[in-house]
Amino acid sequence: MAKPKVAFYWCASCGGCEEAVVDLAEDILKVVEAVDIVLWPVALDFKYKDIEAMPDKSILVSFINGAIRNSEQEHIAKLLRQKSQLIVAFGACAHLGGIPGLANVANRKEIFETAYKLTHTTVNPKEIFPQLVTEIPQGKLTLPEFYDTVKSLDQTIEVDYYLPGCAPPPDLIMKGVQTLLSGNLPPKGTVIASEKALCETCPRNKTKPDKMVIKEIKRIHEVIADPEKCFLAEGIICVGPATRGGCGERCINANMPCRGCFGPTKEVIDQGAKFLSALASIIDANTDEEVQKITESIIDPIGLFYMYSLPTSILRRKQGV
Amino acid sequence: MYKEITIDPITRLEGHGKIDIFLDEAGNVAHACLQVPELRGYERFAVGRLAEEMPRITETICGVCPTAHHMCSTKALDDLYGVEPPPAARKIREFQYNTFMFEDHNLHFYFLGGPDFIVGPDAPAAERNVLGVIAKVGLEIGKKVIDIRKRTRNIIQTLGGRVVHPVNGLPGGVSRGITKEQQEEWKKIAEDAVEFAKFTLKAFDDIVLKNKAYVDLILGDVYKHKTYYMGLVDDNNKVNFYDGWIRVVDPEGKEFAKFKARDYLNHIAEGVESWTYIKFPYLKNVGWKGFVDGKDSGVYRVAPLGRLNASDGMATPLAQEYYEKFYQTLGGKPVHHTLATHWARVIEAMQAAEKMVELINDPEILDPRIRNMDFKTPKVGIGVIEAPRGTLFHHYETDEKGRLTKANLIVATVNNSAAINMSIEKAARMLIKNGVVNDGLLNMIEMAFRAYDPCFACATHNLPGQVPIEINIHNAQGEIIRTIKN
Repeated sequence: MAKPKVAFYWCASCGGCEEAVVDLAEDILKVVEAVDIVLWPVALDFKYKDIEAMPDKSILVSFINGAIRNSEQEHIAKLLRQKSQLIVAFGACAHLGGIPGLANVANRKEIFETAYKLTHTTVNPKEIFPQLVTEIPQGKLTLPEFYDTVKSLDQTIEVDYYLPGCAPPPDLIMKGVQTLLSGNLPPKGTVIASEKALCETCPRNKTKPDKMVIKEIKRIHEVIADPEKCFLAEGIICVGPATRGGCGERCINANMPCRGCFGPTKEVIDQGAKFLSALASIIDANTDEEVQKITESIIDPIGLFYMYSLPTSILRRKQGV
Repeated sequence: MYKEITIDPITRLEGHGKIDIFLDEAGNVAHACLQVPELRGYERFAVGRLAEEMPRITETICGVCPTAHHMCSTKALDDLYGVEPPPAARKIREFQYNTFMFEDHNLHFYFLGGPDFIVGPDAPAAERNVLGVIAKVGLEIGKKVIDIRKRTRNIIQTLGGRVVHPVNGLPGGVSRGITKEQQEEWKKIAEDAVEFAKFTLKAFDDIVLKNKAYVDLILGDVYKHKTYYMGLVDDNNKVNFYDGWIRVVDPEGKEFAKFKARDYLNHIAEGVESWTYIKFPYLKNVGWKGFVDGKDSGVYRVAPLGRLNASDGMATPLAQEYYEKFYQTLGGKPVHHTLATHWARVIEAMQAAEKMVELINDPEILDPRIRNMDFKTPKVGIGVIEAPRGTLFHHYETDEKGRLTKANLIVATVNNSAAINMSIEKAARMLIKNGVVNDGLLNMIEMAFRAYDPCFACATHNLPGQVPIEINIHNAQGEIIRTIKN
């Protein structure tokens, strides 16, 4: 029997998801043995037209990492959708938009002006900006179109499964691959990780007081966090209550709070809103002044509560620009 | 009419890359350039974010060298808040950083650049990869390479929480200290790292330096550019990856500038071109003269070759021995041969390993005082570090609450962007004559950029470690008359 065909592709990403695959170490050989990799631009020779020539749905599963930021990424994502039975959004950027998704606080014009005009070291008196087509004496040079908005993968194509995390931990990658190859497929839309919030498995959960109340919010650099205690109980923002577990509590093991790279749990649409509601329930404020003082201390709710998920939030992007 | 040759995709420079070569009527190269078709806009969306979150945010610029961004960002926060980390915190950071440099340099040598030499520049493409390396040096050694990568990456994971995108940097310190047990375990790994670096340098000696054809290739004109060089040095002008002075030497090797991160704006500027999303940094006090080398051109180079040329030596004894041999063999300082970067890289891996030993054996590294929280009111913070691929700058401006109002980032690879274009054009010009495109051209051009920049290939450390390149040769009517791929 022919081995199932598998494709890997990356969009607006950093390469960390590829590193995570390499960190499978010896396990990667098991994957290579079990499947026939038809597309892996970072590792294998291929041509887009080879993929175009393949029959529709002939690839069992395509793993796509990175957000959708430009026209080339959109094109390939759509091509892979057509040729694949299953699409897995691999990593936080494909899943939620990721940190590059924070760019939705601005639009293309502002990003270009910052990068090519306003930054300190940029010297650009003629106000040259990258162009889709540049005529040179010998011919034309073309660039893909940079979009106004960063999108998650499922805002561009239909996605079947999600492997969360920045980057996904190797054990979860292995679990995901084995699940998909087993043929015993989970329901469409499944996020291959825990169904529970991070707090449930957090080693600090046991130190969480029965009734948690906080009077002030502290910033991570302003306190020495107790390595045993629940961050929230100490007044440090930790997005654990609004985040899906399964990451192995990697950041918490380094004595740093969660910023939500696994995205929200199943029932939740908007991770930041969910966190805000969790936070509101533990704030101990009786007067308007106290409330104001605490809310003022939350300086950047976008960056803190939506660090990885702005494109898939109900906020979506900056409007009216 | 010109013929156009497109090499696309060549994989990434923090993303993707594409080479365009235009031939004139006679079939000689009229123009060649590298396009970077991607931008993500970090400098814009950093605005409004909390400074202390920047080490987590900016490291997602690169998933191969996240530790470099994380640490550089953390150093910018030290500067922003006017705090020096306590000695233990500084040593933990330096230990983590040198571990990362060691691991990353090995990755490049064995998986990316090394195969060109170990297996051979004109070996069949299918063998020119890490598997070919293992076939040549033996399975035992292949296992050794995988083992040392795993163990050193585990150190980074333990200290940083995540190995891809660590989280432990804070202004004035780190979030977690080192235990006695960890110290004992890591001493052994550090010693093994030195042994491994020795082994690598010996392999380089046996396989590359004892082969006259390879030495000729390194010293050949195809891969040579006389440029300025930049790198971080300590007070004695010795190579330092973590901190120090930014030193620039001219194409004759004479000191041209030496400054602290805070003064970088007086020395570096960046130009913009319409045909690519990447910018082109140059030395402000020389000026931009286009994609040319020489003393009158502000183009400078960074990364291992830049660092060695910009220094007076290595900071550790074994690495220093190899440094001396490097310049003796290659005809004195500075070395302008791009391919010598590979040798410089393995010499640096030795310094990183020796530094690991030095730092982990320092009793002070166990001191529980790992935070300095004597913060001043934040305003401007500038950090610099030597990423594996060159000097990296993070510059933040904030309001009094530490919320960003402005950011400027010069990413390691970007420093080399003008030089990479020049190297590709030169290699193309010298290798393509009268319309004859030899199959070997593919790898020769790959070699021209691979020496600089694993970020191009940042994921080609995946098996089988091959950058996919396709060259289509068009006739004057635009029809494809020949396709070459590796």
